[in-house]
Amino acid sequence: MRPLALILLIASLFFTCSAIAAGIPPVEVPNTMAERVKACVICHGPEDKEGRDAYYPRIAGKPEGYLFNQLRNFRDGRRHYRPMALLLEGLPDQYLRDMAAYFASLRQAFPPPEPIGSSPAEIELARRLIMRGDPVRKIPACVECHGRDLMGTAPFIPGLLGLPRIYILAQFGNWRNGGLMRGQTPDCMSEIAKQLTADEATAVAKWLAAQPVSEALLKHEGPPSALPDKLARRCSSVLQSPGL
Amino acid sequence: MKRAIIVTVIAGLIGLAMFLIPVDPPPEAKEQSMTKTDNIVQRQARGAYLAQVGNCMGCHTMQGGQPYAGGHSLATSIGTFVTPNITPDQETGIGRWSEDDFWRALHDGKGRNGSPLYPAFPYTEYTKITREDSNAIFAYLQSLPPIQQRNPPNRINFPFNLRPLIYVWRAFYFEQGIYQPQAAKSDEWNRGAYLVQGLGHCNACHTARNPFGASQGNILGGGQLMGSNWYAPSLTSLQEASTADWPIEDIIELLTTGLSYRAVATGPMADVVSQSLQHLTSDDARAMAVYLKSLPETDPHSRGVAPPLTEEVDKLLQRGGELYETHCQDCHGNLGQGAPGAYPALTGNRGIMLASPINAIRSILNGGYAPVTIGNPRPYGMPPFAQVLHDEEIALVLSYIRNAWGNRGTLVSAVQVDRSRKGAQ
Ligand code: HEC
Ligand code: HEC
Ligand code: HEC
Ligand code: HEC
Ligand code: HEC
Repeated sequence: MRPLALILLIASLFFTCSAIAAGIPPVEVPNTMAERVKACVICHGPEDKEGRDAYYPRIAGKPEGYLFNQLRNFRDGRRHYRPMALLLEGLPDQYLRDMAAYFASLRQAFPPPEPIGSSPAEIELARRLIMRGDPVRKIPACVECHGRDLMGTAPFIPGLLGLPRIYILAQFGNWRNGGLMRGQTPDCMSEIAKQLTADEATAVAKWLAAQPVSEALLKHEGPPSALPDKLARRCSSVLQSPGL
Repeated sequence: MKRAIIVTVIAGLIGLAMFLIPVDPPPEAKEQSMTKTDNIVQRQARGAYLAQVGNCMGCHTMQGGQPYAGGHSLATSIGTFVTPNITPDQETGIGRWSEDDFWRALHDGKGRNGSPLYPAFPYTEYTKITREDSNAIFAYLQSLPPIQQRNPPNRINFPFNLRPLIYVWRAFYFEQGIYQPQAAKSDEWNRGAYLVQGLGHCNACHTARNPFGASQGNILGGGQLMGSNWYAPSLTSLQEASTADWPIEDIIELLTTGLSYRAVATGPMADVVSQSLQHLTSDDARAMAVYLKSLPETDPHSRGVAPPLTEEVDKLLQRGGELYETHCQDCHGNLGQGAPGAYPALTGNRGIMLASPINAIRSILNGGYAPVTIGNPRPYGMPPFAQVLHDEEIALVLSYIRNAWGNRGTLVSAVQVDRSRKGAQ
């Protein structure tokens, strides 16, 4: 009886509306996720935006589990960005999962690399950390988790290319300063971020933001690279996050 | 059969029948075979429903937290309340409470140790609940898994942090007492009044508040929510949110889906719909609508004086119209007609013409999603424009929609927008 009542209710909604707005055709609304996330795309859109939007991270094509975790973190106050917290207030996990799935499946052109001048020493430092890590300080290479091509590891580890430099730097700042940042404690990424010096973080952020992303890389959709056991254990709080 | 259900509900209400769930098949047949465990199970189920109508979970759960384990912050002008754990945990919850203790909290606003509770817990409304309903809610809460969670204490400013002061306030404003049905009215009307005045605690938001956070204005006469930039409109003024001239079906629709062609529930009201009102049985939703529709109209609230359409005003509105075309028309339509079930109509929308524009400013600054309900699990959303438009532009576009397509409202200034941006959310 309940579902029926609901159907009737919804039917009557449509009926009264068209009757009332007699003459004026209502706006046509596609019944799609794309239409439903217009509220997000104002900031996370594909358009090349300047100035005040420089900070907005790319989310299209990132692993679904990662996006879902972040959406929950924003909603539940474990990651702080007020406009998103307000927008997501009260939305249930299931809807957040639908949004995550939608953006994960989205193929979007990457923005052009940021024109950033790094010194040769900075480039060398960045490449070393990213490709080889620092065994002495037990810092694994970024590529071990973020994928050989730095395009991420399904389903929880995001790609690192196509992100604005100041966004990457801000994330490092948050990990270093905020114990609560992004919720999961202990969290492998925050441990690594805390070990990097400010100079190292800057060098890495500059290098990453300056990398072009070739179309070939973008289209590449092989099996997602698997995380080595040891590293997976290190990130267990993220990987075992409830709900997925 | 419908009538039978209503009758039994009312009967339960005044204490004749005890353990009925309104949507159940006729009770007589069942009662004979009812064992004790059936009784308990039924009482818990009824309690679960009543707890939803009272939206206990909405306040007693933090975002992403365990249901009913508390920890949710309520910002008010006297400080921040942190709601207690009401799961049956022995140490941190209400596991040691008796039915009598619980009744005293709901009915008399006293904690287990007898000290008075702050009216941020809306016992000022819950006092109207019957003992049977209180017992059922208690039975349900006690059936939940106990969750050990110690919440931080309230952070209330001096002198309001002195609990005994609550007695002073209570002497003036707290009237204890179960809802008394009015003999001259129908059972349905009385059920609606019971729900609206009691469990639904509509008056906790829809009236002005005193510094203690207690309702103090005209009943359902409208007021600003404490510690926030939301105005809950008067449910007794036709210029605000009275439904006296609505068909019953439309009122039911607004209550249970948050969407109707005349209005959309936003912000805290969207939470009320998705957490509570959408779960109303159809009889209860109708009863509530009948009661709301019957509320006598109070003095019309002033809507403020709409601007005379001078050339200067016309120019302003034209600039607002251009902004509307660029940023809003896609969704809300070239004539503000909206799209049923997705995008609210702005033409004829009372919510955007209120004398106080704070709700509309907030909607434009922060955007938001319509309430999530069983019937509408993936609502459409409104983008936040705080990062896209300047105060001046928001004032222009809002002044425009308040005066386009036959709408009339006061002009909004950039200063008002700025105040909202900076003020409490
Ligand atoms: C007002 C602009 C704005 C809107 C609207 C917005 N976002 Fe964001 N989003 C941001 C910014 C800025 C960040 C980075 C925040 C930070 O960590 O500092 C972000 C971060 C994210 C992230 C994490 C990205 C990452 O790589 O870690 C996800 C996922 C996301 N947003 C999804 C959404 C979804 C889904 C919506 C719509 C429901 C949305 N956003 C609406 C600005 C916005
Ligand atoms: C042990 C595995 C691991 C290693 C090694 C690692 N990361 Fe991460 N990284 C993660 C995980 C897991 C996340 C997602 C964290 C979350 O869910 O909040 C992440 C997230 C990030 C993000 C946030 C991306 C976004 O879209 O917001 C950045 C930036 C980042 N890592 C940079 C690096 C850099 C630079 C290195 C090398 C110095 C590195 N990571 C090494 C596991 C790792
Ligand atoms: C508007 C928010 C709100 C709603 C709705 C609400 N409560 Fe509470 N409740 C509170 C606050 C705040 C307190 C603490 C008051 C104080 O500190 O004096 C509280 C206290 C209590 C207490 C006393 C607990 C203790 O440890 O002393 C009980 C029991 C309780 N609520 C039960 C309920 C039930 C049952 C419902 C639903 C019918 C409900 N509450 C709905 C805010 C709310
Ligand atoms: C937590 C506070 C809160 C509670 C509790 C609450 N309301 Fe509201 N209500 C609001 C706010 C804020 C608005 C204005 C926002 C909006 O228009 O939806 C509102 C708006 C409304 C509207 C007008 C919607 C429109 O746009 O015209 C109606 C009708 C209404 N409420 C009825 C009720 C009823 C009936 C109850 C009790 C069952 C109730 N409210 C309980 C806060 C509340
Ligand atoms: C992507 C579609 C979309 C766009 C673009 C959009 N809106 Fe909305 N708008 C919505 C939705 C959906 C809601 C209902 C949101 C809710 O319930 O919280 C809404 C709600 C509102 C409300 C509150 C209505 C009420 O009854 O309380 C106002 C005011 C409003 N929009 C004004 C605007 C203005 C002004 C613009 C342009 C600057 C705009 N909207 C652009 C989708 C949109």
